[in-house]
Amino acid sequence: MAGNAKTSQAAVLPGIIALAIAAVYLIALLAVEKQSLIISLLAVGIIVVIAAAGFGLLDGVSRAFSDHEDALGGFAILALLAVGVFFHEDHFVLLLVTTVLLYSVATLGLNIQFGYAGVLNFAGASFFGIGAYTSAVLNAHTALPHLIVLLIGGLLAALIGSLLLLPVLRTRGHYAAVVTIAFALLFKTFLEVNDVLGGPQGMQVKGMTIMGWSFNDNIEIGKVSLSFYINYFAISVLLLIGAFIVVRRLERSWIGLNLDALRLDETAASCFGLDVVRWKITAFLIGNFLIGVAGAMFGMVGSFVAPNNYTFADSLILVSILLLGGIGNPWGLIVATFIVVVVPEKLQTIQEYRFLLYALLVIGVLLFRPEGLLPRPVRRYFPGWQP
Amino acid sequence: MTALLEARGVVKRFGGVVALDGLDLAVTAGEIIGLIGPNGSGKTTFFNVATGIYAANAGCVMFDGADITRVPARAIYRAGVSRTFQRSRLSLPLSIFDNIMIGNHKRLNQGLWFNLVKRGDFKHEFEASYRAARALVEVFEPALANRMFEPVAGLPMIDRRRIEICRALISEPKLLLLDEPSAGMTHDETAELMNDILIVRERNKDLTIIIVEHEMGVIERITNRCVVLNFGRKIAEGPYRDVAADAQVQEAYLGVA
Repeated sequence: MAGNAKTSQAAVLPGIIALAIAAVYLIALLAVEKQSLIISLLAVGIIVVIAAAGFGLLDGVSRAFSDHEDALGGFAILALLAVGVFFHEDHFVLLLVTTVLLYSVATLGLNIQFGYAGVLNFAGASFFGIGAYTSAVLNAHTALPHLIVLLIGGLLAALIGSLLLLPVLRTRGHYAAVVTIAFALLFKTFLEVNDVLGGPQGMQVKGMTIMGWSFNDNIEIGKVSLSFYINYFAISVLLLIGAFIVVRRLERSWIGLNLDALRLDETAASCFGLDVVRWKITAFLIGNFLIGVAGAMFGMVGSFVAPNNYTFADSLILVSILLLGGIGNPWGLIVATFIVVVVPEKLQTIQEYRFLLYALLVIGVLLFRPEGLLPRPVRRYFPGWQP
Repeated sequence: MTALLEARGVVKRFGGVVALDGLDLAVTAGEIIGLIGPNGSGKTTFFNVATGIYAANAGCVMFDGADITRVPARAIYRAGVSRTFQRSRLSLPLSIFDNIMIGNHKRLNQGLWFNLVKRGDFKHEFEASYRAARALVEVFEPALANRMFEPVAGLPMIDRRRIEICRALISEPKLLLLDEPSAGMTHDETAELMNDILIVRERNKDLTIIIVEHEMGVIERITNRCVVLNFGRKIAEGPYRDVAADAQVQEAYLGVA
């Protein structure tokens, strides 16, 4: 026994093993085409997770993640890159995984708003759409560098969101949620009747170019050819890493504490000096910024924007990802985004019933695991920090 | 002598109910005042007016020479008033440390850049805050000091009270308002908690305390002076012994014989 208190750190190995298994499983699921095989893979996945939970193996994994988050974050990036390398020629899979990454960025934004500050936003897809339309318009009519366009997409989503919500964020209760529902419903109609933005047909979006490097060209390296989507995949990985770091640092700071305090008890928080309105607005703006940046990127990835892609139903899917993954836990959100986006895409047989599936999933989670698949642990300001 | 806290003719109505009916009250720095009276006599309402949760309908409240009648709760806290609540209002899913840090709001750097980017500086402030919180918790219950990062949801009532008092004390307020700290605790637990409060007070003689309490043993033991309320008015004032012997006070508590 060398240094009794200091050895209470968890082993990192269970976390690495879990990530490796998850990566292999994801690759298998994405590679398989036959429906019966996909269904059995999904069944195996569910059984393995339930069994691991039953044997208490998941506790070791979650402890490894809370003590060695930086190291395991690095391994998670490697696992993602392995997926990218494995499918380097496959347009469809790379587009699918890129979609997951950008949706994850958006749900991380929602997580700051709802998970921390308790401000429900039912217009997530609309603000995502604001980002996407921003890149459609700016790429078509201006020569702005595309990284700046991403930034503007985020700022516009934050600006329009704040014009909408500044008056209601001053009130208590869920008035803001009602306003976001109204906005989500109006947004689609607004786009449909607006000819400048292409009406119901939508608009083309020019692909991304950074310093002369066009993202829409396939890459040839010797005899290996890479799908052009690998460009978008790579930049989306970077965006997700950035968003993850922002969310993590925010949570592990006095600001994260402020947001928790005002969500849990506004009166007590204001008795201890907290400016409730200021922090609600801060959370809302940062959240919307992330959603807008993700949307602007998504517009360029999909090369096309149309009102039908940013409906109230899509906003509900984003909220259901939040409930499913574990409100407040960014790792859980990424896992949940994979489940919610990939499963219906692979299981063509349930495509038509996807909303039924989401509904069942959310109800099941709320009934049996109300804190989500990966519940949020108690705040650790510095992972592995010992007094 | 100038008063630290002074209420002049404070009136607070809820519809037709007059909770505070022209209350006058003055507290000098360094005093421990007991605020007593039957249920519904306006004790908690007075706390809520003094801390800015309610706005008084008439009259004014002065703290440390400034008028705080129309000042929001967060500014009154900044001026140096801290409180506990009658029904524990901790954030249950958060850790002991987090709950205490909520009370430390005004002394923590709340800048976005500092919190998100300057993590090295943030770590210094975090570690200093951790040491301060731990030292304070140790006064109340040394065993809790080793559980700073456990959620308070798992703690028994007495520990929650301790944490609540630590949350109120961590920012070193000038005035501490304790709203029925013994509620939901046994007699022995209450005695223990009061001893701990007196230890903190011993270290910081300037700390002024107003305590609302139904357990008269507590009031007798720790207060210098008592103020008795009934129907939102002050009906008696003075050392506990005199007040307890007062005929009007006995009538308010026990009814007319």
